[in-house]
Amino acid sequence: MAKVNKFVSCDPDLCTGCTVCEYACSLEKDGVFNPIRSRIRAVRVYPSGNLAIACRMCEDAPCVIACPRDALQQSEKDGHIIVDEDKCNGCGWCVEACDFGAITVGPNRIAIVCDLCDDEPECIEVCPVEALSLQSRETAARKSRINSTVSRILAAEASEVDK
Amino acid sequence: MDSLKGYANNILYINLRTGKTKTEPLGEEMARKFLGGAGFGIKMITDYQRPTTDAFDSENPIVFSCGTFCGMMVPGSASKWGVAAKSPQSQGLGESYSTGFFGAELRRAGYDIVMVTGKAERPSYLYLEDDSVQILDASHLWGKHNWDTEDAIKSDLGDPGVRVASIGPAGENLVRFSAIINDRLRAAGRTGMGAVMGSKNLKAVAVRGFNDVEVADIDGFKELALEIYEKSRGPATEKYRGLGTAANVLTLNKQAAIPTRNWQDAVFEKADKISGEALNEMYVEKIQGCDSCGMRCEHVGVVREGPFKGAIGRVEYEPTYAFGSCTGVDRPDAIIRAVQLSDLYGTDALSTGVVVAFAMEAYEKGIITKKDTGGIELEFGNAEGMCDMIKKIALREDIGDLLAEGVERAAAKLGKGSEKFAMHIKGVEMTGYDVRGLKTCALGYAVSRRGADHQRHGAYGPDLKGTVDRFKAEKGRGELVMDGEDLYSVIDSLIICKFSRGIWDYDSYAKMYTLATGIPMTAEEMRRCGERISNLAKIYNLREGIGREKDTLPIRCMTDPIKSGIAKGSLVTQEELDLLLDDYYETRGWSKEGIPSETKLKELGLENYTEHLKGLRGTDTKKKTTKKD
Ligand code: SF4
Ligand code: SF4
Ligand code: SF4
Repeated sequence: MAKVNKFVSCDPDLCTGCTVCEYACSLEKDGVFNPIRSRIRAVRVYPSGNLAIACRMCEDAPCVIACPRDALQQSEKDGHIIVDEDKCNGCGWCVEACDFGAITVGPNRIAIVCDLCDDEPECIEVCPVEALSLQSRETAARKSRINSTVSRILAAEASEVDK
Repeated sequence: MDSLKGYANNILYINLRTGKTKTEPLGEEMARKFLGGAGFGIKMITDYQRPTTDAFDSENPIVFSCGTFCGMMVPGSASKWGVAAKSPQSQGLGESYSTGFFGAELRRAGYDIVMVTGKAERPSYLYLEDDSVQILDASHLWGKHNWDTEDAIKSDLGDPGVRVASIGPAGENLVRFSAIINDRLRAAGRTGMGAVMGSKNLKAVAVRGFNDVEVADIDGFKELALEIYEKSRGPATEKYRGLGTAANVLTLNKQAAIPTRNWQDAVFEKADKISGEALNEMYVEKIQGCDSCGMRCEHVGVVREGPFKGAIGRVEYEPTYAFGSCTGVDRPDAIIRAVQLSDLYGTDALSTGVVVAFAMEAYEKGIITKKDTGGIELEFGNAEGMCDMIKKIALREDIGDLLAEGVERAAAKLGKGSEKFAMHIKGVEMTGYDVRGLKTCALGYAVSRRGADHQRHGAYGPDLKGTVDRFKAEKGRGELVMDGEDLYSVIDSLIICKFSRGIWDYDSYAKMYTLATGIPMTAEEMRRCGERISNLAKIYNLREGIGREKDTLPIRCMTDPIKSGIAKGSLVTQEELDLLLDDYYETRGWSKEGIPSETKLKELGLENYTEHLKGLRGTDTKKKTTKKD
């Protein structure tokens, strides 16, 4: 049976761009506050677009493929990217390979990326508006299907009323 | 000083004239006695500014400071920063606070305080990136509005992560009520701090920081922070997540406390049209938050059609009063546009609205004419005229040049009785609570250290909640105002979002402070800090020549009663004001002239400042307020 990876996904409608998830992640991982140590990063596109981004646990992860030193490996269990700190020299090829900016080189010059916090994601726990959740691509797609169907039905009903 | 956590423990001094910079440790005593934000700003200008320097004197220092919890996971606090300098409006204490994302970046860059003196030879901006401090050329930015300036600096430096606090054309043109804008929608608005930057040829402060922010007790800190996050999602902050402060429009209208048409009345018959309800439903596209905030209050309004199509601005009560009821404008889309213009050109939205309303009344009374306004028919309610005037003020075109001086100075020049409807205290335009029918609040406004302001004391609370009889001036109100001021001095020093004040108390402030910094602090010591900061602010103002005679209300509030609604007939007489002032000064332990006693100074550890008050003491009998009728 195919394995379905789950990842920390953010609902842009709910996300307020508060970066609490960043603070919590860096505290959890390194015991200090610093966004450059966070595995999840919030983005604001003015005036009001907000989204927090963490690793998507890609199939055939491009970051793994890009690493010239074989420092990255993908977990069999949940698909998270395992960084071999002895091999990683912070060259940043993985950063360029990731389309989401989900992997970065931290202040210790070693790649950092979401490891799902041993199944207890700290960021999901703290997000004040519950914008974060563990999703698989299958659940994400299912939600989209339902939402788009609902809005289509509503639009059809509305045009009936207009007639 | 390794034990000092939380703080960066670093003050940066920059002289724009010589280009010299130096740093100095903050030190535990400064931290413990003055906390951050307001405390730091007021202390620095008192210590480093030569007495009675003019606000636009090149050596007048301007001080940027972090709130105590900048860069930490504390609800509504991580990004708060303050700015202090002599105010070009009052020539007394200027202070202003903003949020967004700038403050956290400043702390991560490794600073608690940045003090700038001197005037640069040509337009310049500061770029602080960790240890590197650069004064860069801003000639290509001069004349640009704030949003373009922010974008241009980010692209010049090649880093979208840079945070920018800048001034627009208004600040460059020394409009006395100019703001400093950061993160597009956030303003350090009041008391003209943008103009002080302009007078120094300082277009912007850009920061980028990569340092860790450490706290003393990680586990304890996390526990308390999460507890407060939990509360910040509860009922105490519900208002700010829902309609936001704009909910006040209908509440205050019902109470006859929403100043209308330049305070000619306190009920706005078209309040429905500009209510929080209307704004939220029709214009607010997103409610988002500042750095580390768990509440979210930033109601981003977008206008999709009509003459103001494309306007983007934050929806809040105060600008809705200033650009709505105060100018008699009943169009929410125009209000959003006016807020945006204030952000772009860099004026304090509050003062701007009141200045335009003043001009409208002067226009209707024939004191200024269409020739002065450059062809604008400036009647109350003219939405487009209002927006056009904002630009004219920022660019100092036509009558805008005079209005850029603020209502006090404009009225002094125009004469013809216009002083009677210049709505200001200490040269700073009135905010949106009609104090004629809110007598505790009236006292708070009169003594407010930065001029007309509800944010130094929150004294509208007891009046509107019905804790006291709002129409009565009586003993005891002094204590209410004092408690509010001291609390707000703490809030503005830790810089915790005022919208979250309902979920904190002195105990939790003290506890969070200790967990973050490692400095032991009790609730009582924290309250003392508030009192100390309030007193130092008073000392600064007294030294700069702002005494009892300036602790007063606009003439209109003392002569023209409210015309309609449940507060009909209310005003504050000189007699009432004197009673309130006497009570307040006495409660504070100050003399009749409002001068802190030596005992008080000793009690607060401010004895070093006694010399600032020399020559002021003992003049009590000479300077009795004269009764006007
Ligand atoms: S904590 Fe939640 S709301 Fe805040 S930035 Fe992260 S995902 Fe968005
Ligand atoms: S780091 Fe980026 S490329 Fe690598 S698995 Fe995560 S999302 Fe995919
Ligand atoms: S799950 Fe853990 S590691 Fe991943 S982003 Fe969230 S807090 Fe960071």
